[in-house]
Amino acid sequence: MALARPTDPRIAAGVIALAAITLLIGGAFLGLLFEGAHDLSGAWAAFDPYLLRVVRFTLWQAALSTLLSVVPALLVARALSRHPRFFGRGFILQLFALPLALPAIVAALGILALYGRAGYFAGLSSAVGGQDWPGIYGLSGILVAHVFFNLPLATRLFLEALQTIPSDQWRLASQLGMGARPAFRLIEWPALRAALPGIAGLVFMLCVTSFTIVLTLGGGPAATTLEVGIYQALRFDFDPARAVTLTFLQIALTFVVVLVLTRLGANVAGDANLPVAPRRYPQVNGAEASLNAALIVGALLFVAGPMAATVTAGLSADIGRLAGEAAVRQATLTSAAFALLSALLSVMLSLALTMARGALALNRRSGPKTLLEHATDTGAGFVLVVPPIVIGAGWFLLLRHAGDVFAIAPLMVVTVNAVMAMPFALRAVRPAYDAASARHERLCAQLGISGLARWRLIDWPSMRRPLATAFAFAMALSLGDLGVIALFGSDSVQTLPYLLLARMGSYRTQDAAGLALLLGLVCLALVLAADRLGKGTARDV
Amino acid sequence: MSDRATGGKGMPVRLDRVSFSYGEAPLGFDVAFTAAQITAIMGPSGSGKSTLLNLVAGFETPQAGRVLIGGADVGAAPPAARPVSMVFQENNLFAHLSVEQNVGLGRSPSLRLAEADRAAIADALVRTGLAGKEKRLPRELSGGERQRVALARVLVRDRPVLLLDEPFASLGPALRDDMLDLVAGLHAERGMTVLFVTHQPQDARRIAEQVVFLDNGAVAATGTADDFFAGAGPEAFQRYIGDNAGHAVSRDIARKPT
Repeated sequence: MALARPTDPRIAAGVIALAAITLLIGGAFLGLLFEGAHDLSGAWAAFDPYLLRVVRFTLWQAALSTLLSVVPALLVARALSRHPRFFGRGFILQLFALPLALPAIVAALGILALYGRAGYFAGLSSAVGGQDWPGIYGLSGILVAHVFFNLPLATRLFLEALQTIPSDQWRLASQLGMGARPAFRLIEWPALRAALPGIAGLVFMLCVTSFTIVLTLGGGPAATTLEVGIYQALRFDFDPARAVTLTFLQIALTFVVVLVLTRLGANVAGDANLPVAPRRYPQVNGAEASLNAALIVGALLFVAGPMAATVTAGLSADIGRLAGEAAVRQATLTSAAFALLSALLSVMLSLALTMARGALALNRRSGPKTLLEHATDTGAGFVLVVPPIVIGAGWFLLLRHAGDVFAIAPLMVVTVNAVMAMPFALRAVRPAYDAASARHERLCAQLGISGLARWRLIDWPSMRRPLATAFAFAMALSLGDLGVIALFGSDSVQTLPYLLLARMGSYRTQDAAGLALLLGLVCLALVLAADRLGKGTARDV
Repeated sequence: MSDRATGGKGMPVRLDRVSFSYGEAPLGFDVAFTAAQITAIMGPSGSGKSTLLNLVAGFETPQAGRVLIGGADVGAAPPAARPVSMVFQENNLFAHLSVEQNVGLGRSPSLRLAEADRAAIADALVRTGLAGKEKRLPRELSGGERQRVALARVLVRDRPVLLLDEPFASLGPALRDDMLDLVAGLHAERGMTVLFVTHQPQDARRIAEQVVFLDNGAVAATGTADDFFAGAGPEAFQRYIGDNAGHAVSRDIARKPT
């Protein structure tokens, strides 16, 4: 419908947002190309056996992580869906949502506190058998951490898929006397199989681009991925040519994965919704019930373990002394400021793109979408192709000729985190805006409500909750991020995750555990707030 | 706001060889609506009834032809600048604004209301039977009451043309009759030109003086309501309303056996 004029301020806002994003990503590419052209032979020389090993390890750990996350998740999800009602089911689903909220570095510390060489299991093992606990640095550590994050995510996604099965099919199945086996083969498996490629692809993508886990749990050159390689090339070896080569490989790799993913119809931004199942199933026999119980309890222990370890290890730290430390206070303030600004920017960018997309769709009668509409629509998804480390590396290389790279740390951290949180913010903002727009557009056009009056009277009241959700989620993501700050951090600009990494590096494990608890709790509170805000209806407006 | 209002004189509406398409079958309208009368627009689903109203209201722009209201070509005017009010089947109200505010938006799109505006709003609420419900939110109202709020806003906007796009389709028969009588009453008082899209022959019989029958994206027949329902309408119209439809009594009988 011709409801929005070409001069609609909403479209202008979208164009500005797109320009800002393009500048951020374009600048990074410029830096990479410039550096690559500057030292072409160096970039070629970086193709050595070591590089091949890094690529192979990146793919290998991602494939193994995917397998170990997705297959158990499938079984656990089925077990959960077979038992729609038991004490603690809601709690388990809530718990499975938490890893999404937990910063990777916090989880890494929790896992080390539990399974590490000096962890709780090591203590138990030496007390019982007297033998040395091997610890979990290297591939095993990376796998445990990736499964910790992705098993619950995949479980929830599979459960969602199972819940799309119409209840009529279940009624039919029980009428026909279908047992567990044929019900799985004829009803559950088709739904799971349809969701499988998307979920596996998403997990693979997350593991290919995982940085913090590999940095903290991977050990030495034997367990290094492309992203960590970029970081090491820039921060330790100072080998820009190698960084360029690694970065282009990383981009190519993620590009291929995202391409395959979109073909498979995966939702690359993950999900924070909690499925609930108020449906009754036919009786589950005893053997199956005990198998299901074992699966659920096993998954529960695996997910809850590192979280509990984070809490106990954190509580054993001298929190009073930590809180008094100037460095901790400074890092907390810096983190809070960065996260606030980043979340604000993220929400503004998301809202601008959403509004422009809405206005452009209204302007267009029935013809094909313009390039601009495509950009506001799917363009935001493309930022996922470019991992934060890559953007950071590009700007790092571009600016190192211009002077002090570390001076722009705040700008880089805030902008990159804002753009990285956008896909998640969009998920909260866009459906709400589109629904409100569908209800209000004709009415506003008819009554001549536009511009500031429209924002004040119509859009703000209906959008403030989803905006708050997006804000809280973006803030949690930004607060826990250890990507760009790892490249640009220095003694003068430290965030909490950066400080945590530094403490880990200097073997001040107690301090690190205390900081991890603090960071984890704040992120958790933010994500819970986002969830609560997102669930509230217009009733509370 | 009263610069575009005319104090209740209906204006003629004319679609002059208007053509429009959503990409599939093209629609073509060439029809005139008499000033200050109620015209029922009827026709099968997909015949273009709502599109016709959207063209008059300015939600759609014709690909060719002119839309004339009161003799002036309004083709370039945005919806809010046209001398038109429209009531939709649903979503006539902003869910987060009170009854009073929803009506007030008809006076000022930024809700800056003077004393006279407030008086007009209070008067319109009394007139539509909503006195005492000023502070309620739409969700605290029944379906019929929500449409009354929309009609109250039509009153305070006071535009010479009123477009009704099946506004009472989701209401029960008795409630619908009440609403139709309210529309007829408002029309008797203000004398605006009313274009009324409906599927119900008995609704059209109850308040419409003229009938425009659409079929396949074009005007198939026009005439007085009396002629149409006396069986003098075109055969397509007779087929559309069915054998005995149009007689309020027979509808209930026809339903009994099911």
